[in-house]
Amino acid sequence: MVDVPLGSIGAAPAAAVDDVELYHPHSWLTKYVFSQDAKIIAIQYSLTALSVGLIALVLSWLMRLQLGFPGVFSFIDANAYYQFITMHGMMMVVYVLTALFLGGFGNYLIPLMVGARDMVFPYVNMLSFWIYLLAVLILVASFFTPGGPTGAGWTLYPPQAIMSGTPGGQDWGIILMLVSLMVFIIGFTMGGLNYVVTVLQARARGMTLMRMPLTVWGIFTASFMALLAFPALFVGAVMMLFDRALGTSFFMPAIAEMGQPLERSGGSPLLFQHLFWFFGHPEVYIVALPAFGIVSDLISTHARRNIFGYRMMVWALLAIGALSFVVWAHHMYVSGMNPYFGFFFATTTLIIAIPTAIKVYNWVLTLWRGDIHLTVPMLFALAFIVTFLNGGLTGLFLGNVVVDVPLSDTMFVVAHFHMVMGVAPILVIFGAIYHWYPKVTGRMLNDALGKLHFWITFLGAYAIFFPMHYLGLMGVPRRYYEIGEMSFVPPSAHMLNAFITIVALIVGAIQLVFVFNLFWSLRHGRPSGGNPWRATTLEWQTPETPPPHGNWGRELPVVHRWAYDYSVPGAAEDFLPQNQPNAQARQGTSNE
Amino acid sequence: MAEQAFSNLQAASHETSGLRSVAADFSSDRQAFKNVPWGKVMMWIFLLSDTFVFGSFLIAYMTARMSTTVPWPNASEVFALTIAGTTLPLILIAIMTFVLISSSGTMAMAVNYGYRRDRRKTAALMLLTALLGATFVGMQAFEWTKLIHEGVRPWENPWGAAQFGSTFFMITGFHGTHVTFGVIFLLIIARKVWRGDFDQERKGFFTSRKGNYEAVEIMGLYWHFVDLVWVFIFAFFYLW
Repeated sequence: MVDVPLGSIGAAPAAAVDDVELYHPHSWLTKYVFSQDAKIIAIQYSLTALSVGLIALVLSWLMRLQLGFPGVFSFIDANAYYQFITMHGMMMVVYVLTALFLGGFGNYLIPLMVGARDMVFPYVNMLSFWIYLLAVLILVASFFTPGGPTGAGWTLYPPQAIMSGTPGGQDWGIILMLVSLMVFIIGFTMGGLNYVVTVLQARARGMTLMRMPLTVWGIFTASFMALLAFPALFVGAVMMLFDRALGTSFFMPAIAEMGQPLERSGGSPLLFQHLFWFFGHPEVYIVALPAFGIVSDLISTHARRNIFGYRMMVWALLAIGALSFVVWAHHMYVSGMNPYFGFFFATTTLIIAIPTAIKVYNWVLTLWRGDIHLTVPMLFALAFIVTFLNGGLTGLFLGNVVVDVPLSDTMFVVAHFHMVMGVAPILVIFGAIYHWYPKVTGRMLNDALGKLHFWITFLGAYAIFFPMHYLGLMGVPRRYYEIGEMSFVPPSAHMLNAFITIVALIVGAIQLVFVFNLFWSLRHGRPSGGNPWRATTLEWQTPETPPPHGNWGRELPVVHRWAYDYSVPGAAEDFLPQNQPNAQARQGTSNE
Repeated sequence: MAEQAFSNLQAASHETSGLRSVAADFSSDRQAFKNVPWGKVMMWIFLLSDTFVFGSFLIAYMTARMSTTVPWPNASEVFALTIAGTTLPLILIAIMTFVLISSSGTMAMAVNYGYRRDRRKTAALMLLTALLGATFVGMQAFEWTKLIHEGVRPWENPWGAAQFGSTFFMITGFHGTHVTFGVIFLLIIARKVWRGDFDQERKGFFTSRKGNYEAVEIMGLYWHFVDLVWVFIFAFFYLW
């Protein structure tokens, strides 16, 4: 057990806690729609993000149809293909993963896990969701404008992003994309400040920082990083919007369009890449760190074993968060840079492998000799470890300049980042939904459907992305509408592409089973009780399930221990909730 | 008994000094920053985030200035005013800077009187701060108008690199927006102080939170930040 100072509060009685001035809703509208309750906001965020996720999933289908069966589907022309790629990427990274982990899980879990009644500023928190929804609507609206959404690729590199050859470049697409991103960032800032301040300043009595569940640590670190990383994207978006709408030349060098020289000169396209990746690389970890945290809790709970090396896990999270701000240019090796720069960024990139490896080892060591229950959340957590390890290892290849340069514009990169920041975090999201659904609804998700969903998603993801590494090593370029006849691409590559597409269609379709399960179990799921997984963290100890507004009734919980007291020798149960005093936990023998 | 132990522990952490007490605060429960209200922590973290916004803007400006192929206009000539036959370089900017820095002084005094629960003086000083802030924005509007009349546009200007106008309008515009929002919130909070909302702990219309004089200090943090940003813009844009 981690020895935390402040043992003396261990025996403090639960005190009635003074009114925290929550806004008490009076009508259906303020209770369920314009709600200031973090839990309702979390559900709103999650449902919106999942809906965007379904749109992005369909876009990936359309893309794969073109890649697998080029020329068969006449409605997918080159423009449409690039629009699908762009929107799929941007939606998944920003509007699904970021919003779901921070807005969804952050809102639901932070107040419950640290023992607060709500976020510190519920009204601002509510605004955060509505602004996020506005950003989503602006983004989706671009599908219905003349010219359609932008097809500049999710990285929006100038000068092509705002020029006429690119779909949406001279129409509304790019403008709506940039405005939507700016709106998203404003909304996120409101939420992110709430998450960070709640963790820092509104914890329950006895909840020290080093007693917090790793889920909270992960979401906290990621929110803080997002507050520092999104500004760079915001500034980049403002400047590109000016370039597009006002005719400035921030990112535009002297350039010709359709043979005609434009009245632009002196701008730096590389500047946008720096701004974008100064946001973009931390963004990878903004998505990954909450996943790290959640998966730590899932593994510990379902293996009935305390997390191995808790302190090291916390410091590794913080180290990854800090390091992720000094590696951004490894996305730009092929853009051309001073070799010493490449050396610096390759070094920092490889250093990140150390804290990351510590985390992977600690997860494995947590499992070692654990009492592993292969529940659906646990299956997803285990799948995450192997998938993340996989994607992380190819990241080591790509972090080296000389290896990256030939691989950078191939499918290898696509396979790498989908493994490490696509599939891996999504597996955690699924695991987390199966894990916390009982707390949100009071009912369990159907287990058989869950296992079906898991196996097809997990094996399917590997069937999709494993062969993609191979395609990349052969030199199959990414972002190409059609490979056509290339001497170095054998016919087997086309068969592999068709295979990947078919698997992708199946994996996509099986997500409908998951969606069905979500709705079906709402009515017909097995009632779960307050703590179905026999977990230690505070959110499972609420007096009512689902927890009401204010979470805890009259008295806030008092925390007596860290979050990982599983299988403590001598204890009556194989778990000791965080709010259980030592005296109750001991049953005759000493267990400390 | 345990209650006692708890308060002893808190007392102990206050007695120790320096790094030890910082560590003790961080490793304790409930609050990482002891006795600091939520709103103040939130404002500090927001300002940190905003620092990255302005930092990115200024770095982008420096990059643009280095990447352009034509010479950068001479700032002390562009921002000169001819008053009574003498051309004074940077005179308007000097006055603007003086006004804004003075407004930081009046804001600091408002915070001081807020701590003393001096309703009238606090409100009056906040109004004065808002007035100085509005004056700053007004002079900025004058400067914009003058430059626009001289043919400066975001996409071109008569003297050199087009990025001069782009960065000028973008950065001063963004800063001016910050000042404008500051003025609006100064007026709102000054009104609350004047009405006595913070003395009666009147509940907020949307938030149903009790009002508190901390709002004055939080407002002050924002205002000083906007001033500080101006110092950097002044140094990098006008003096370089």
